[in-house]
Amino acid sequence: MKPPVPTDPFARLRELTSARVALGRSGPGLPTGAMLDFQRDHALARDAVHAPFEPERIAAALAPLPSIVVHSQAVDRGAYLRRPDLGRRLEPASAEALRGGDCDLVIVVGDGLSAPAAHGHAPAIVARLIAALAGWTIAPIVIAGLARVALADDIGERMGARISLILLGERPGLSAPDSLGAYLTWNPRVGRLDSERNCASNIRPPDGLGYDQAAATLTWLLRAARARGMTGVGLKDESGNEGRLLPLHGATGCTHLEGDPGNTSPVWEREGPDRGLPAEAKLLRSVGGSDWEGEGL
Amino acid sequence: MYATTLAGQRFGFEGLRTLLAKATPARSGDELAGIAASSHIERVAARWALAEVPLRDFLHEAVVAYESDEVTRLILDSHDAQAFAPIAHLTVGALREWLLAAPAEALIAVGPGLTPEMVAGVSKLMRNQDLIAVAARRRVVTRFRGTVGLPGRLSVRLQPNHPTDDPAGIAASIVDGLSYGCGDAVIGINPAGDNLASTISLLNLIDDLRTRFDIPTQSCVLAHVTTTIEAIERGAPVDLVFQSIAGTQAANRGFAVDLALLAQGRDAALSLARGGGQVCYFETGQGSALSADAHHVVDQQTLEARAYGVARAFDPFLVNSVVGFIGPEYLYDGNQILRAGLEDHFCGKLLGLPMGVDVCHTNHAQADQDDMDNLLTLLGVAGVNFIMGVPGADDVMLGYQSTSFHDALYARSALNLRPAPEFEAWLEGMGMLDAAGQVRLPDSRPALLDYAP
Repeated sequence: MKPPVPTDPFARLRELTSARVALGRSGPGLPTGAMLDFQRDHALARDAVHAPFEPERIAAALAPLPSIVVHSQAVDRGAYLRRPDLGRRLEPASAEALRGGDCDLVIVVGDGLSAPAAHGHAPAIVARLIAALAGWTIAPIVIAGLARVALADDIGERMGARISLILLGERPGLSAPDSLGAYLTWNPRVGRLDSERNCASNIRPPDGLGYDQAAATLTWLLRAARARGMTGVGLKDESGNEGRLLPLHGATGCTHLEGDPGNTSPVWEREGPDRGLPAEAKLLRSVGGSDWEGEGL
Repeated sequence: MYATTLAGQRFGFEGLRTLLAKATPARSGDELAGIAASSHIERVAARWALAEVPLRDFLHEAVVAYESDEVTRLILDSHDAQAFAPIAHLTVGALREWLLAAPAEALIAVGPGLTPEMVAGVSKLMRNQDLIAVAARRRVVTRFRGTVGLPGRLSVRLQPNHPTDDPAGIAASIVDGLSYGCGDAVIGINPAGDNLASTISLLNLIDDLRTRFDIPTQSCVLAHVTTTIEAIERGAPVDLVFQSIAGTQAANRGFAVDLALLAQGRDAALSLARGGGQVCYFETGQGSALSADAHHVVDQQTLEARAYGVARAFDPFLVNSVVGFIGPEYLYDGNQILRAGLEDHFCGKLLGLPMGVDVCHTNHAQADQDDMDNLLTLLGVAGVNFIMGVPGADDVMLGYQSTSFHDALYARSALNLRPAPEFEAWLEGMGMLDAAGQVRLPDSRPALLDYAP
């Protein structure tokens, strides 16, 4: 009987692709190392899906930026996975807490399908955006637990935001358990279609999109959205960068939303038109009441 | 109104649509849609009631309105009354017994007389072993350069996807897969971007490799049908025209297709005369209609069977259900994925389709490789036409886990299944088989490596 073969005459193929080629074999089966490699990566991805979200950790990382913590109607991770509709609406107390207002932008940080992605990457993106958006009126950062992309519609509508931007963990891939996605929506309203949003995905330095690059992309998108009064397919059409800037397509895209990891889709990577550090944005301190027009940072 | 009394309780079901939904084995997608049975006893009561429904009822009560849905019109207008005659007197419960006892020729002959809804209905009354036993007797054989679906054979779609469609990376995965004896169903690439230029260059890549080594297989780039039609117009070497399809007109609209466009795609591929008359490759999956908000309050498994009703109108070369791709809100865990995979294979085969199954799962589903092993093995026993072969089971472009080249080797050796005959002869000619007909490990530099950049 032949001994197990630890390598493969095809080994040089491994230099050509990130796919798991040239794994070798023992009889028809995988060598033990390759089998356990897969199990390690799958375990990291599954653990990321079920990792608890720590809103206070995000809030602390964002400080001194003001923030508010809310929750979707999903009561736990199991409900969240089975009932995407519940992850798209605020539970009553959270909804109550977000009354009224008028602002250019609300930034939402959600766990999505990977809390580690939100913990690891979202604060750095938020800080860069706040610094870049001179002259914008920005609501307190909303930190949302058990959130789907469309929860930002509910949040943005309640807060009177002209644009919502939600940063949340994407579905973990075997090679990317902590990839962050960003979705922006002009005039957020419950019931917005995915085709009315734009996104930048696979924010995950150093392997994916870096913070500066992602923030520049999002800043450009936010400015373009405000200038044109739209997001989605229309923004793509006007950009002259077709295929680089990603609108979300149609109803079937829903499956892919919070589904595909970022590397499945092209991401707009152009440098922002004016990347020089601007004056600081006006950041609102609280929601509701007279504090709504709070002091700038 | 259908009704039954069970364990001292009276259960009523408003129409076939409700009855079918309540009788379905539990799955998260039907719960999400709010149409699943609310208790175990209600589910069994629905099965009792369904077992007593005459098959003729399915010809008079459409689950999606005839007037507003072209899939319903296709199903009812193409129903073959003559083929239906031998079972016209049966109820759904009696159809189950008829199927379990029927010889292979009878299963083939009755196909055009069955509607997708009848097949979905009877599948809900069948245990896993019933689904396997009947499907195993219903072979569906299709031909292009190779012959897929013969008894004792298991074919593999080689799926060499790459995150950026890099030609060298894709070629590396193809060469690797061929060395494991995979690729006899098709070498099929999901492109990272659906644009014409990359579709054409990927088609040329596979065709070049195929002709250089004279491989008796087929190529496909799984772009939207309109992209493929355009590629054909530009003279690209298209073997199979691909499209994702679903079981309602509205869900197909979500895929930006309708029946006329599918026919146009088929005609375009036929015009090239590269194979025979079977030039379509369709993919489906339970839950696609619900995710497109186009489900008409019909359960996802019945809608999946209706997608097969669409497919069979185009005499496809390959059809596969991408069963675990859609995620846990439709199929929650390994059990639900396993059941759905067996249902889809059974329903497709009974409707005369060359069914393969993408035995797969995502990272947010409660499933792992052991669950995939189970389904793969059961489908091998059930005579599935083909499975996917993805390097190391990890699709680095689509971000989900399917079956690997190794899994294909396992299934073939454990179940004594062989590749398609033309492909097997090619493997032999390349010196890639051992005396027992199994793919052997190369002991020197394999010729295929000459292709790797």
